[in-house]
Amino acid sequence: MNDTLLVIVLADAVLYGTPLLFASLGELLAERSGVLNLGVEGMMLFGAVVGFWVTQRVEGASASVLVLAILASGLSGAAMAAIHAFLTITLRANQIVSGLALTIFAGGLGLSAYVGTELGFSPDIPAKQHFGSVDVLGLADLPVLGPIVFDQSALVYASWIAALLVGLYLGRTRFGLNVRAVGEAPASADAMGINVTLYRYVHVLIGGGFAGVAGACYSLSISPGWIAGDTLIGGAGWIAIALVIFAFWRAELCLVGAYLFGALSALPFALQARNVDVAPEFLYALPYVMTIVVLVIVSTGLSKRHLGAPAALGIPYVREER
Amino acid sequence: MRRKFVLGGFLLVLAVAALALAGGSAARSEQEPFKVAFIYPGPHDDGGWSQAHDKGRLAIENALGSKVETTYKENIFSSAQVPQVVASLARDGYDMIFGCSFGFFELGVNGQLYKKYPDIYFEQATGTQVKKNQSEYFGAGEDTIYLSGMAAGAASKKGPIGYIVPFGIPEVIRHANAFLLGAQATHPGARVKLLWTNAWVSVPKETAAAKSLIAAGVDVLGQNVDTPAAGAVAEDKGIPWVGYDSDARKIAPKQWLTAATYNWGPYYVKRVKAAMNGTWKPGFYYGTIKDGFTDIAPYGPKVSAKTKAAIAAKKKAIVAGKFNVFTGPLYDQAGKLRVPKGKTLKVLPDLYEMDWLAKGMIGKVSTVKPPS
Repeated sequence: MNDTLLVIVLADAVLYGTPLLFASLGELLAERSGVLNLGVEGMMLFGAVVGFWVTQRVEGASASVLVLAILASGLSGAAMAAIHAFLTITLRANQIVSGLALTIFAGGLGLSAYVGTELGFSPDIPAKQHFGSVDVLGLADLPVLGPIVFDQSALVYASWIAALLVGLYLGRTRFGLNVRAVGEAPASADAMGINVTLYRYVHVLIGGGFAGVAGACYSLSISPGWIAGDTLIGGAGWIAIALVIFAFWRAELCLVGAYLFGALSALPFALQARNVDVAPEFLYALPYVMTIVVLVIVSTGLSKRHLGAPAALGIPYVREER
Repeated sequence: MRRKFVLGGFLLVLAVAALALAGGSAARSEQEPFKVAFIYPGPHDDGGWSQAHDKGRLAIENALGSKVETTYKENIFSSAQVPQVVASLARDGYDMIFGCSFGFFELGVNGQLYKKYPDIYFEQATGTQVKKNQSEYFGAGEDTIYLSGMAAGAASKKGPIGYIVPFGIPEVIRHANAFLLGAQATHPGARVKLLWTNAWVSVPKETAAAKSLIAAGVDVLGQNVDTPAAGAVAEDKGIPWVGYDSDARKIAPKQWLTAATYNWGPYYVKRVKAAMNGTWKPGFYYGTIKDGFTDIAPYGPKVSAKTKAAIAAKKKAIVAGKFNVFTGPLYDQAGKLRVPKGKTLKVLPDLYEMDWLAKGMIGKVSTVKPPS
């Protein structure tokens, strides 16, 4: 029962969807405050290498080392995001240019590769610690639901809590309301006494932290270890950015989209192993194709309806221009 | 007055710098090192293919010391990047360039590089384009992969055996066939299930491929891809694993069986020496176990004494020229006779054009070719 293609693909969808979920929640927070950050791929890779470094260097109980590693990944992602925040919020640089620069700077051929090489990491170094699956309440063998819901790593359960918290924060709290105001109409928010610069900084940094944790999902859970170059996360950062659009800037839809896209990244191998013949290029391209299709449908068919994009997304806020 | 003084100082600095440069280059030309560059498809420390080549590069440095200067360009996963890389190496005065992947000096416009840089010695691994300043080299991986397949076959109970493969090209196809034939030597009727990652180097894809194969019921894993990522999965799931390119025992100490490995160093040292003393000639080199070019890595704990003896005997027969992996009768997947009894496939062109999967293989040849 639990060996059927459907169950395996759904379980993998959760596994591969988790980094997408973390990264897209982070991007969602940044974008809701009006800052587009295309540096997700770079922040993820840097978080991945730092998280792996902590597990290799710190001795101690497995759980505490892993928690420390996740914290370090988050902090390093946030540190990378701080560069973007300073450039785009304080210096009001173009957000697209700065984000792309961040991906190149921190990414597979940049800082993360440099750090990994300096520390002597390579794929033939076994990971000392990794997030294994937690058999929740002994339900891992439950038909169908067992492998999908109850036999995942702690990161998966953490991502559910994160999605819930981000959703509640944006939809139900005053701070969340303020964030949305900053992203929709920063001038009005400013007039209301909301500190636009502070809000944007905080959310870009938290967004970077989420991206760092998303990177650690790869180096500590999906394929524990480190390899320089851009194959470790293989474009997941870009999918996460597409996912935010796909999810209409809503946390709960990020969860759905992440698992949908996660299933697509697991599908080529699961199908091939069962002798089902589908062109792999087609499956690799699907997340992007789906994002484009959704964009087209929503922006043409219902052109008058609000897509959900924060109105001030991508526009630097200048107080004098009122 | 002050301005004049600054200007004078500036000119003085320039003159000193010019002198230093002139002096430096004069001193250098006396014993200018021979400059050798390597282009790797993955990271130099990928734990597999590129790492094995990098060990060869270090062998050059060890053997020739200050008479050579070496460098490498890593992560050149697409042949399209190669002309640019070669141009920059040429600018930096490199005398000899080893391209460590299929197509680097052969596919498309890359096939013209030897003409554009007639003073550079080109050497390409795994290709076939021999020109007046371009050589080709590789090793008879099929021999050692066959031996590693024997270890996989012996470790398999019901099978099938999973084999993770990169691209649908003749090199990979003949390696997969050799692996299957080796497995059938110790486990009659053994079947091998192919899973294509369509990438030379990808830790997540190789991990996903290993997991998918295990979920689909394989009881031993083997691979022709470049990193030992599948080994980590195998160790975790308790599935015996055959690696490739490099000794990667430490990634899966319990499940490691062995791996076909390449020792590029001796060839590299020989070729660099030949280029330095003017005896370099273009050619097609195909290293063997006998040359010390190919071998199998030390065994893991799961390989029985009986299997070790069987492999040792076969290795001896290969070295003595009494056994060839691709001697008929050999049948393809559909049961069609591909190599008649008594006939042996030649390296060129047969092995370099192989496009059929042997009987017992599960899967089809991937339509995806390496990026060019």
